[in-house]
Amino acid sequence: MAPMEVDRADGRTSNQLRPLSCTRNVLHRAHGSARWSQGDTIVLAAVFGPKAGTKKEENPEKASIEVIWKPKTGLIGKVEKEYEMILKRTLQSVCLLTIHPNTTTSVIVQVVGDDDRPELSLIQLEVQMIIKNNSSIIRAFLALRITHVMGLRTPQLLPCAINASCAALADAGIPLKYLAVAICCGLTGSRSVILDPTKIEEKVFSYSCMLYLLVDYFNCLDRGYAACAKISEFLRRSMESQAPSDLTKTT
Amino acid sequence: MAAATSTPFGGGDTGGGGLAAGEMEVEAYRRLFPLAFYERHLRDSVRPDARPLHRARDTSIALGPVAFSDGSALVKIGDTTMLAAIKLEVMTPATDAPDEGSLAIEFYMPPICSPTVRPGRPAEVAPVISKQLSDTIISSQMINLKELSLVSGKASWMAYLDIYCLNADGALFDAALLSAIAAFSHLQIPLVSLNDDGKVITVSEELLEGKPSVELVNKEKRKLSLQRIPFSLTCLLHGKYILADPTAEEESVMETFVTVVLDSLGQLVSIYKPGGAVLAHRSTVKECIRLTKQRIDELKNILAESASAMEVA
Repeated sequence: MAPMEVDRADGRTSNQLRPLSCTRNVLHRAHGSARWSQGDTIVLAAVFGPKAGTKKEENPEKASIEVIWKPKTGLIGKVEKEYEMILKRTLQSVCLLTIHPNTTTSVIVQVVGDDDRPELSLIQLEVQMIIKNNSSIIRAFLALRITHVMGLRTPQLLPCAINASCAALADAGIPLKYLAVAICCGLTGSRSVILDPTKIEEKVFSYSCMLYLLVDYFNCLDRGYAACAKISEFLRRSMESQAPSDLTKTT
Repeated sequence: MAAATSTPFGGGDTGGGGLAAGEMEVEAYRRLFPLAFYERHLRDSVRPDARPLHRARDTSIALGPVAFSDGSALVKIGDTTMLAAIKLEVMTPATDAPDEGSLAIEFYMPPICSPTVRPGRPAEVAPVISKQLSDTIISSQMINLKELSLVSGKASWMAYLDIYCLNADGALFDAALLSAIAAFSHLQIPLVSLNDDGKVITVSEELLEGKPSVELVNKEKRKLSLQRIPFSLTCLLHGKYILADPTAEEESVMETFVTVVLDSLGQLVSIYKPGGAVLAHRSTVKECIRLTKQRIDELKNILAESASAMEVA
């Protein structure tokens, strides 16, 4: 079952990602900030913290993370709450929570760029992995979500936000165990995997079979791992190249 | 629940917080060192309520508890209780889908379900589960929306599915999904007719006997045909252990969970793992999928039994 090479609308091959760009320290009042863009999907993340005190239900022996997701347009609804929860749980496992107990770190994610057209979406797979010790990528998922969603949705916002938040946390100097990197893979009707789908493509690919084989899913994962390797390379390079942030920043 | 309350419990050999030599009551140990308490059980492949790691709690389904709704179900998985009810309303279909009905799915966690939910402090998980439910039900294509159509282009059914959590004791998504499916399997589409203004109104059985000349739009009450019913199982991950169908206490101690949804043909509908400290390797995911397949067989039987119980009654 060899996957077919798919012709994509913007001329990419099925394994090719959109151009990535990461800028840190874009906001001067935030303790850490990063702007991450993949093609037209742009997300801005800001980190404030650690601040004193935790919310009532949180464990006071650990630091807690609070995530606020701001969509580009519209009111905050269930979609944003779900993103907040996933991002919070992912970041909780990435940060070293025991270093600053009884504090709260706020991560605010603002969606700046979003392909504006409504889409029919594909089966989407969002895979997030981790980089450890500047070397190998641990082949495991921190968080993953396979959904086959119809209707108005932007699948690649969450991976973009995860990447941006990790870069912002590093910029703020919050102690992290490792960095998380995320990618979105789509599975088209013809069961070939494409990476980093955009909204336009999803409109074109209408799926007729909803049959979902485990093989396809693992196939997606393999491609996802390979892509995450590239993204983590990029992240590492961008962190090393930018000048260290202003040391006189106030807390 | 742990049976003995006052027998001394040889305290902390591992991670018990330094209580090396002391003895302590079981309940106190459970509250003070919950993780150590659970780990001692996990080493013997059992849980405090004497369930083996891969077994789900007792599940029961009761169809039709809400008399005035068009379909309803009360589901209990262990102590987690969900009440689902469906109301059908006639409305004009969308212009780009003139012969399809529509669904609106909402999930509520009223303060009755848990001490942490208060009127001014809604549960954080409620909107997330609500969205997960509607995604799962719509994307599994269990309901053929064309069956909800009445008169093409003019009238179709809008099904409002409301699920109320009455007792939140872990595995909320599983119970909510099961209650939604049970309610849909109980749903009977009422009879309707056109009245003088050309509007579609519902007709009750008694009216029918009195006026034989009433023209019905749909000939008989019917049920929806459900294909590819989605079933789910939530598993907690802790170290190398996988615990199926967690209680609320287990979920608060071990935070990482995976929810796998498969349909009745064994095909994958969704895998959901929202972050968490434990990383999932492929073998873990495969194991979770295998456990879900086992669970599906149990759930299919329970659903079939409850349906036949309804017919007898």
